[in-house]
Amino acid sequence: MNAVSPRVRAWVGFGLGAVVLFAAAPALLTDFRLSLLAKYLCFAIVAVGIGLAWGRGGLLTLGQGVFFGLGGYAMAMHLKLADAGEGNMPDFMELYGQLDELPAWWAPFADPVFALAATVLLPMLVAFGLGSLVFRRRVRGAYFAILSQALAAAMVILLIGQQGTTGGTNGLTDIEGFFGYDLDDPVNQRMVYFIIAGVLLALLALTRQLMHSRYGELLVAVRDSENRVRFLGYNPANVKLVAYVVAAGMAGLAGALFVPAVGIISPALIGIVPSIEFVIGVAVGGRAALLGPVLGAVAVAWAKTALSERFPGTWTYLQGAMFVLVVAFLPGGLASLWGMVKRRRETATPPAPQAEAPVLVKEAAA
Amino acid sequence: MTVILGQLFTGVSIGAVLLLIALGLALTFGQMNVINMAHGEFIMAGAYTTYVLQQTITDAGLSLLVALPVAFAVAGAMGVLLEWALIRRLYTRPLDTLLVTWGVSLMLQQLARDVFGAPNVQTKAPDLLTESTSLGADLSIANSRLFILGLVVLAVAALTAALKFTPLGRRIRAVVQNRDLAAVSGIPTGRVDRLTFFIGSGLAGVAGVALTLLGPIGPTMGTNIIIDAFLVVVVGGIGQLKGSVIVAFVLGMLQAMVEYLTTLSVAKVIVFVAIVAFLQWRPQGLFTLRTRSLA
Repeated sequence: MNAVSPRVRAWVGFGLGAVVLFAAAPALLTDFRLSLLAKYLCFAIVAVGIGLAWGRGGLLTLGQGVFFGLGGYAMAMHLKLADAGEGNMPDFMELYGQLDELPAWWAPFADPVFALAATVLLPMLVAFGLGSLVFRRRVRGAYFAILSQALAAAMVILLIGQQGTTGGTNGLTDIEGFFGYDLDDPVNQRMVYFIIAGVLLALLALTRQLMHSRYGELLVAVRDSENRVRFLGYNPANVKLVAYVVAAGMAGLAGALFVPAVGIISPALIGIVPSIEFVIGVAVGGRAALLGPVLGAVAVAWAKTALSERFPGTWTYLQGAMFVLVVAFLPGGLASLWGMVKRRRETATPPAPQAEAPVLVKEAAA
Repeated sequence: MTVILGQLFTGVSIGAVLLLIALGLALTFGQMNVINMAHGEFIMAGAYTTYVLQQTITDAGLSLLVALPVAFAVAGAMGVLLEWALIRRLYTRPLDTLLVTWGVSLMLQQLARDVFGAPNVQTKAPDLLTESTSLGADLSIANSRLFILGLVVLAVAALTAALKFTPLGRRIRAVVQNRDLAAVSGIPTGRVDRLTFFIGSGLAGVAGVALTLLGPIGPTMGTNIIIDAFLVVVVGGIGQLKGSVIVAFVLGMLQAMVEYLTTLSVAKVIVFVAIVAFLQWRPQGLFTLRTRSLA
């Protein structure tokens, strides 16, 4: 079999196109615009996870900010410690906390391997904890959405409350270095951008594999009819748990990459409002498609920057209206527009006679 | 002892505010499975109504009394508008109502910012409510908190009576229990939904009036309280008010007690953990309607 299926060819073509596009971006954009793009791509990584959990699995998670924050804080803690140098404490601690020594739970983050692992494993662990409790007891739908949102609220309150060790409302700021590289240097900023773009492409490939696997079909089946899946002998709780945990890991990784790209992580970036903004991007792009969430997240984040600079008040109306219109009248998001146009065109011209008659339907009727 | 009593009352008063907000939510959530994120903005509408009324009616006591029914009507009308324009199209997609109403709440917040300005405003409470009643040696209770407690008792009593004894209440209960069967029996479920939404949203307006006694009024005032109120509804169980009543006060007490022993932020986290633990025991909430559907 030498022939490559058109599907594979489309994907190879798409992958090459994406690589070229991402590689060309630094040449086309100013350093400032490039760092903005890097930021948007971090949101896009979160969106891929939400697309999996919500679009495919029907798990509306309104608390992805929590996992984004866990990853971000884990990374920022390590970078702060590295900036301070061995044996020194991060600057803000003496300022707010009047601490004499590093808190015990900060200490392990001095180790780069531990910190990097924590950026992904910590969110996954929290998601596993909440998810296994919640899904096993068949808490679902709106209940799950509200609980995930409450988790975001609780985390923000906790972070702000423990100002001495977390930086409070300001968060962890003024991050200068990234594993020995100076983040002020535009060359290193470009490297960070390439890392983020690479991670995004890798996660897209992984998610696509997952969606087209047996597991991906089970996930859709659970979304559409949980009880039938249960009667077939599967445990829907485990199916949902995997999607939720994977989404959390992606959000954590995105948070970790966000820190060197932007240089800050704070409660304002991970609370209820940003958590819902992640969902907005996914909804606008198209929750069930693979690329919908990515394009939606980037488009919404870009629109927010472009429009809120010029019309700060109007943007909020636009954001709200966009969300209302898309969810209420175009639930498939912009990704579904393509399909709708195609169907319109097909129905406009008389349908071609089908090569094979649908035998199954006949049998069922008989 | 007085400390414990004081904390106990703080808990009751936190619970009262929570319940006032959760009542309307419980009604609409139970009736239509609609999660109305704009409920917080209806609260805000009630609060701003009080503020506007006070610009014309200078007597603080009188304006507060006038504000209660007016805020009910204003927020209720907003609710009906929302139901008519958007929510009735989404009955088959309950999760999407959450997202749509969140978009609406964004727009309403911005509207409040444009009309009243971004900084918080304040209303003047009547003199009687700024004082406090002393109970025993060194225990005193703010009158405003007592007023809110009274308001909650009144609201719960009125709502319970309405659901139990009026024809509308019977219809609401019928639709909550089995929408299809109610529709087949000739109950105009669409109209019942709209009326339920009017009452539920109106109660949010009343809650907004009460909140003006406790703190400043601002465009984002609804966002923060609404999640706690949702938790009350979730833990209380859908479709019955008594669940919300009990849970609101228990959570209020828990919050007050833990807060006294630790800090506000730790208390919030512990309350959340307690809620998740409770749902392990009763995943459908404290009280639920018995149905034959699979859990």
